[in-house]
Amino acid sequence: MIDHLRRSILRIVALFRRESFDGDLDAEIASHLDLATEENFRQGMSREGARRQALIQLGGPQQAKELHRDSRGLPALEVLVQDLRYTFRGLQKDQVFTAIAVVILAIGIGANTVVFSVVNTILLRPLPFQQSERLAWLSGNNGAGGLSDVTYRVDAFEEFQRSNHSFQEMTAFVPYYSLSESKLMTHGEPRPVSFVWVDGRFFQTLGVQLAFGRLFTPEECVKGGKPAVLLSYFFWQRQFTGNPAIVGQSIRLGDEFATVVGVLPASFDFGAVFSPGLKTDFFRPIVMDDIRTWGHMLSVVGRLKPGVTVQQAQAEANVLFPQLPGAENPDWSTDLKTTVSGLQDQVIGKLRRTLFVLWGAVALILLIVCVNLSNLLLARLASRQREFALRGALGASRGRLIRQLLTESLALSTLGALLGVALAFAVTWYLAHQGTIALPLLSTIRVDAAALSMTLLLTLIVGILFGIAPGLVLSSGNLQETLKDAGRGSSEGRGHARMRSALVVSEVALACVLLVGAGLLFRSFLRVLDVDLGFQPSHAAAIKVDYNDGGSAARRGAILQDMLQRVTAIPGVEAAGVTDMLPLDRNRSWDLLAKGKVYSKEVNDDAFVYIVTPGYLTAMGMHLVKGRDFSWHDSDTSERVIIINQAAARREWPDEDPVGRLAEGIGDKDSRVIGVISDVHESSLEEASSPAVLVPVTQGVPEGAELVVRTHLPPEVLASAVMSRLRALNLEQPAMEFRPMQQLVDRAVSPRRFFVVLVAIFAVLGLVLAALGIFGVISYAVSRQTQEIGIRLTLGATPGRVQRSVLARTLRLALIGVGVGAIASFAACKVIASLLFKTDPDDPATFAFVLILLLVVAVLAGYLPALRATRVDPVTALRCE
Amino acid sequence: MGDSKLDLLQGTLDLMVLQTLAAMGPLHGYGIARRIEQISGNEVLLNQGTIYASLVRLQQRGWISAEWGTSDNNRKAKFYSITKRGRKQLTEDAAYWLRLSIVMSRVLSMPETEEEVES
Repeated sequence: MIDHLRRSILRIVALFRRESFDGDLDAEIASHLDLATEENFRQGMSREGARRQALIQLGGPQQAKELHRDSRGLPALEVLVQDLRYTFRGLQKDQVFTAIAVVILAIGIGANTVVFSVVNTILLRPLPFQQSERLAWLSGNNGAGGLSDVTYRVDAFEEFQRSNHSFQEMTAFVPYYSLSESKLMTHGEPRPVSFVWVDGRFFQTLGVQLAFGRLFTPEECVKGGKPAVLLSYFFWQRQFTGNPAIVGQSIRLGDEFATVVGVLPASFDFGAVFSPGLKTDFFRPIVMDDIRTWGHMLSVVGRLKPGVTVQQAQAEANVLFPQLPGAENPDWSTDLKTTVSGLQDQVIGKLRRTLFVLWGAVALILLIVCVNLSNLLLARLASRQREFALRGALGASRGRLIRQLLTESLALSTLGALLGVALAFAVTWYLAHQGTIALPLLSTIRVDAAALSMTLLLTLIVGILFGIAPGLVLSSGNLQETLKDAGRGSSEGRGHARMRSALVVSEVALACVLLVGAGLLFRSFLRVLDVDLGFQPSHAAAIKVDYNDGGSAARRGAILQDMLQRVTAIPGVEAAGVTDMLPLDRNRSWDLLAKGKVYSKEVNDDAFVYIVTPGYLTAMGMHLVKGRDFSWHDSDTSERVIIINQAAARREWPDEDPVGRLAEGIGDKDSRVIGVISDVHESSLEEASSPAVLVPVTQGVPEGAELVVRTHLPPEVLASAVMSRLRALNLEQPAMEFRPMQQLVDRAVSPRRFFVVLVAIFAVLGLVLAALGIFGVISYAVSRQTQEIGIRLTLGATPGRVQRSVLARTLRLALIGVGVGAIASFAACKVIASLLFKTDPDDPATFAFVLILLLVVAVLAGYLPALRATRVDPVTALRCE
Repeated sequence: MGDSKLDLLQGTLDLMVLQTLAAMGPLHGYGIARRIEQISGNEVLLNQGTIYASLVRLQQRGWISAEWGTSDNNRKAKFYSITKRGRKQLTEDAAYWLRLSIVMSRVLSMPETEEEVES
């Protein structure tokens, strides 16, 4: 065994020591011949005869050397090296061809690597937690509605945690991220920081190991415990320059001091999993008693016991929740309707199908790339037929020639893959650093070992796939025939031409499927952008403001009124108002009930709540349908008033005028409806508006404050003026930047835009490749037919007629391709139906547009060669061939 | 070709070379080839050139070693000698071949039946 291993190693070594081995062998063979000659001579042969006999006995020195080389080295590898050397010489000679092929391949393979990385990160790879397949997500109200519907009350969480038998451990966090914004007062200028309230055993449940320091102690998670924070790795790097000494130190957050107890690892990105795009600076433990009475506050995650399935946990939740002590509380109604799902399923959500479609699109691109390269190689093979025929005549076997072709195609695909992987690295880096795309886990995307292995596999498949067609042609043809044929300059063989036409047809068909898919998605995207938001995002921007009202509603009113007066006084500001939450940004919901109406328990009576100042409606560009806006006279002491949207009016006061009616559920007293606004899209552009309620700042407790300013000036211009007004009012106002409202809308549509842009890029690529394929085939056909065209022109055909016949040929190919493609698209589009928005999967406009586009592009691609055909000079054509 | 020389089975040449070196001591390639031809009574079809492929194989496995030296009649030649591991290998392979040849001769000496199946 050892001896064989030793030989294998030495055989590889021998590859690199050819020269010295060969020299030694030459000397040995020479000495052999001398010895043999001498012996033969002594036996009485003539000098020459003795030498001749020696050579015969040896069996030829060249053969002996070959045998020696084969057995000392690795002959297969040496042939490969030889083929590769030959390949690269050939590619170097044909630089234009090489460049085109490599670029096409790089795009095809690179796109596949990127999409695979995305799919792998989001869909295939387990979440970055220990044994993440056992993590489950609980959502109230069967996952429907706003945050207040799907989150849990503290008592419900605690009771379920105590009594269930499915979960090894359960934990929670507070997903109302606006509650956890603060200011870091130490370590430089006051700066806004954001953190997340997590249950004391959050990190243990997920199985996150700290970079260093310690986790929260139970004492830190109860009322009166010492405030503690765990830093995220990036915040620690950025704010504390990665200094480990910060652990144990105290930092000031707003008015309180907290101790840094540890640092989370770089691999833990809370936002990537639980709230795409959220940057979390640190974590603080939830003191459950503090928020016990705050209503639905907790998002709940659990670790299933080994062997327990999500279905079993669901079954237990169905039975257990209504039996828990406290379940009779009407506030528990959404908690009782619990849906248990795998954490990964929850994170991926509706993305699964979208990602698979994306994967399909990129696979189509790769297929088109293969077809295109097959075509290019076929064209190249045609011009190299004589070379191959010659090599065949000199004794190269057909297998050896096909092997040469495959070596070439694999070399090309490898070059393409190298460039493609470089592209993929750049693109994934870009995607991972895009904070504006609201896709989960996107920030953790990278080209990893799995993606590289996948790329390697694809490279091999692609190389073999597009090497097959030329190989088939080569193996079916008669080499000797070719040797004669290729010199004649007559039309190419029929089989050869048919193969190329078939390739072009399939290319057009594939491009057609891609284009139709992209067209439908694009149309959906336009429809989404067309949605009436209920407010006007253009020319409006928001900035977070900080003030201290000491908990008094009257003071809050006075402060904000003063602030708004100062801000509207700035030249260029058309309107200004304050809200605690912006639509499409964050939300919470409370009950909203028409007073006196009788309700069945099943009906959802939630409404999104926004606590706003007078002037907010104007600043946002919201449309007041009837009634009036709030005024500063609506105060803490006057009657409670609210403004509702049309969805709320439809639900609570159908067929009635809601203005002047009384409502229950908002705050502790009844409130009077004083106005109705048109529907606003609160959480998504693609779902119908939900009921919403506006409450004046003087009559509700806001969670933070966003100052919305309407102006035709770019917000940056106003920033310093606004900032100085805010600082004049409050020295602790942290430095903030204006967020254009359009940014919120962009963010809400960013997943769809992300996919539309990618699919559109792939579709355009498919179109270009198809056009290239048509161009290649037609111009090749024209150049082979120069002589024939010359004869036709001599016999009196007009150039127009020649041109028409070339175009007709093009059109025939394109029509077949488009026909096949249309049928395929029809089937394929059923698959993406669920991804479309207000668009039919067989939308006739899209189909018509794509089919016409393809035909036009095809004719354009055929036009250049057709033009060249008419420029053929009959005399030259006939003479030169 | 039926009445001509024996074609060598795969691997047999290596064994012959080892045995030759074990019996004769260090030899050059030509010497080994001649020796095998003589011993076999010129029964073996030996293309002398193949000996060098065998030699490099054995050398890579570490069963023989090689050194340039001078022959009896004062010519430079590469001399091969068997190593310790080579001898061990030789013992094993020789035993294997002996067993195989005994079995083969037994099998082949089975008398053929004279049964006539013809009607």
